Amino acid sequence: MVENGIGARVRRKEDFRFLTGQGTYTDDMNRPGQAHVFLLRSPHAHARLKKIDARQALAAPGVIAVITGADLEAAGVGPLPCGWQIFNKDGTPAHEPPHPVLAVGRVRHVGDPVAAVIAETRALARDGAEKLVVDYDPLPSVTATAQAAKAGAPAVHDGAPNNVCFDWHFGDAAAVDQAFAKAAHVTTIDLYNNRLVANAIEPRAAIGEYDPAADRHTLYTASQNPHVIRLLMGAYVLKLPEAKLRVVSPDVGGGFGSKIYHYAEEALVTWAAKKVGRPVKWTADRSESFISDAQGRDHVTHAELALDKSGKFLALRVQTTANLGGYLSTFSTAIPTYLYATLLAGLYTTPAIYCGVKAVFTNTVPVDAYRGAGRPEACFVVERLVEKAAQEMGLDKTEIRRKNFVPKSAMPYQTPVALQYDSGDFITHMEAALKLADHGGAEKRRADAKKRGKLLGVGLSTYIEACGIAPSNVAGALGARAGLYESAEVRFHPTGTVTLFTGSHSHGQSHETTFAQLIAEGLGVPIENVEVVHGDTDRIAFGMGTYGSRSLPVGGSAIVKAMDKIVAKGKKIAAHMLEAAEADIEFKNGTFRVAGTDKGLSIGQIAFSAYVPHNFPLETVEPGLDETAFYDPKNFTFPNGTHICEVEVDEDTGAVQLTRFVAVDDFGRIINPMVVEGQVHGGIVQGVGQALVEDCIYDPTSGQLVTGSYMDYCMPKADLVPSFQVATNEGAPCTHNPLGVKGCGEAGTIGAGAAVINAVVDALKGFGVTHMDMPATPEKIWRAMHGKAAKAAE
Amino acid sequence: MTIAVAMKVNGKAVSGQVEARTLLVQFLRENLRLTGTHVGCDTSQCGACVVHINGKAVKSCTTLAAQADGTEVTTIEGLARDGKLHPMQEAFREHHALQCGFCTPGMVMSAIDMLRRIPRPDEATIRHELEGNICRCTGYHNIVKAIQAAAKVMGG
Ligand code: FES
Ligand code: FES
Repeated sequence: MVENGIGARVRRKEDFRFLTGQGTYTDDMNRPGQAHVFLLRSPHAHARLKKIDARQALAAPGVIAVITGADLEAAGVGPLPCGWQIFNKDGTPAHEPPHPVLAVGRVRHVGDPVAAVIAETRALARDGAEKLVVDYDPLPSVTATAQAAKAGAPAVHDGAPNNVCFDWHFGDAAAVDQAFAKAAHVTTIDLYNNRLVANAIEPRAAIGEYDPAADRHTLYTASQNPHVIRLLMGAYVLKLPEAKLRVVSPDVGGGFGSKIYHYAEEALVTWAAKKVGRPVKWTADRSESFISDAQGRDHVTHAELALDKSGKFLALRVQTTANLGGYLSTFSTAIPTYLYATLLAGLYTTPAIYCGVKAVFTNTVPVDAYRGAGRPEACFVVERLVEKAAQEMGLDKTEIRRKNFVPKSAMPYQTPVALQYDSGDFITHMEAALKLADHGGAEKRRADAKKRGKLLGVGLSTYIEACGIAPSNVAGALGARAGLYESAEVRFHPTGTVTLFTGSHSHGQSHETTFAQLIAEGLGVPIENVEVVHGDTDRIAFGMGTYGSRSLPVGGSAIVKAMDKIVAKGKKIAAHMLEAAEADIEFKNGTFRVAGTDKGLSIGQIAFSAYVPHNFPLETVEPGLDETAFYDPKNFTFPNGTHICEVEVDEDTGAVQLTRFVAVDDFGRIINPMVVEGQVHGGIVQGVGQALVEDCIYDPTSGQLVTGSYMDYCMPKADLVPSFQVATNEGAPCTHNPLGVKGCGEAGTIGAGAAVINAVVDALKGFGVTHMDMPATPEKIWRAMHGKAAKAAE
Repeated sequence: MTIAVAMKVNGKAVSGQVEARTLLVQFLRENLRLTGTHVGCDTSQCGACVVHINGKAVKSCTTLAAQADGTEVTTIEGLARDGKLHPMQEAFREHHALQCGFCTPGMVMSAIDMLRRIPRPDEATIRHELEGNICRCTGYHNIVKAIQAAAKVMGG
């Protein structure tokens, strides 16, 4: 094995700067002459925006300018685009109302930006904004998903009848109907997948800067994908050619999806910097993040599973209403459709599946991808149904799954919902998880807990996800307005050190280490001689960024392709220098060797001669050793796994204590196990957070966000969870990318929620509880226990 | 209205004229350009801003610069000596207790204070003591491990 290569638990190269306070997050940057902008946001969920009187604000100390939606419109600034087109059942396109950078005429959610005040300091900008006089005419609002499409609900957008953005469906309805007609048993469930706030700990920030000499704009922004921002903002909003626009995403403090999208503040600071002739900086307060970062989930679902009498799944029928909020965020439309309905097969052979999705507008913050994005919602539907079916039919939770798993021998497996799973060995990870969780000892633990006044529950969930977001031509056919490849450039320097330029973006994922390991393994360059560069459109040819667990399967594959080109060129150079035929040159562990001899040259020597080409095949090979590759995946990758969780519910208070959590995942080949475990730990806690404590609540009457700070939105803290036991199964690697990798960023979040709720329901089965919506708070649990007790007493 | 403040930060005497409403974290980040101390919330809950004042952990987002007048402040930048990490920083690195790094300065400063008060905490105590620090990335698992490991090294 190469030192620090694939499979090594290499300690992270990025840690030193983070641990010593030397990271550079966007808000840590200050540009010469910089001014600050404060955004005045709507206090109303829905209102007509009549007049903005800026006279007093403009006269306030330190205020440089006030910008409104009308100013931007007059300047030709376009609305924020939606990146994925969805079509209705009848073939007509979804309703895509404009999303202005600053509101014009109407405000549609609390937090909708109304005016921007630019001043000498942040405090003075805020003081100035207090002097703005805004004339609103409040309108009735609708925030609840289930209410939006009802007759008489207030219209969020003119021209979207019943607040429906699209009414879409997928799958074979007739086949499903037929299967239901002959089912021996039907299990149904109604559930709400609660709305969440991503809450990366670094609030979003952006700095715009304009260089009149070069007529060039620079945007520094806390984003997961700077090239995508350049593309969307340049082409649609500010109408600037790529060459005139540089987007830099320096160190970014977590994203979880919420920093994928092109946000109003980015366009605003970029535009305003030229307008006022100074760099303009914006940094969100946390309470501002709560009302301006895209939120996640928020599905209301009715689902039915048809089974034969042995417990074999015959068909699945799902009807979901998805809340998209007040406007369409960049990828909002793809999440409850192609990232949701296509995952409803789960790990099972269910032959017929139909899913209808009605997406609605409401007077809430826009909803888009949040870690997992559609797949946790699908997993929750499937795994709750499977659990409930097992309970109803008296089957063991593992037996029903074993009976219905797609067997390893059936791979590649075509599901009835478009995806083709390339690999997977589901029984193996479930068995491994059962063992790791000492599942055999669960009944004894249940009895012990009972003696302490605790109800023990065991929950199991299995999941599969589609990652890498794959071939561009498939995505394009489904409505994507972008390609979904990745780029990599491997640049050797004359002395043999390497700079890797990647279009993926790291905001916690450890690319600087993992990608350097790939170079160490593939080219034999010591890891300390590899520098990884990401997050700057001026330095990296192109990139689609990081989301959907795509960095390694797509970005990593591009790196492998670029390394292949380096080796191919190196062989030509080596053949010349070693006076051998190119076909006889082998490359291994950093050395080009004439096969069967001890004649060889290190890749460092080859790099040197490529830049100092004195003895070089100049007639056939160009000098230099610097290769770029783009990789467009052949298919999605399909990480999958089993999560097992045990909870103890306090009989008196309903409080839940998580006592055991096991995850066994199949991520294909593992590059750095330490990093992978970390990703799983973090993902699990986001899933547990949704299941037990996190909830984004709007007041149904006023439309105000009730959970708008860390005092009201309950974030998972260290004492919510135990230490975890996690393991991976590398026995079923991805078959269609060069590394055999599948991606690991979202898995924890996808599997954990269902495992926790299955455990809570199991703990409460003595009370006749068959379902519990998330979050399973002590109050809800207490009511569930007492509701039954009360009924029994009647 | 501006006021004069003077204090020692990471062993160096510093002073400045600030608006009375200036928070310690603003003074550190904006006046002294010590941007290792972060701001993650506006309700004093996330702990990204934790520094030490006279050796005790405080949230610098909820402390006025004026309140720190005349004190000794240590920030994340002041922990490593001659390029050598503090044992807590080293433990965080060794145990992969950070991902995006944004909560990390506050976590490290809180953890050091925790071990000052409770030299050999068990897992439950560590988890309870971390109540004032939120991490969205790590799931806390490796942070707990790092603090346990640091406790051994720091000789509690
Ligand atoms: S910034 Fe969140 S507690 Fe200080
Ligand atoms: S490491 Fe990202 S918030 Fe803790």
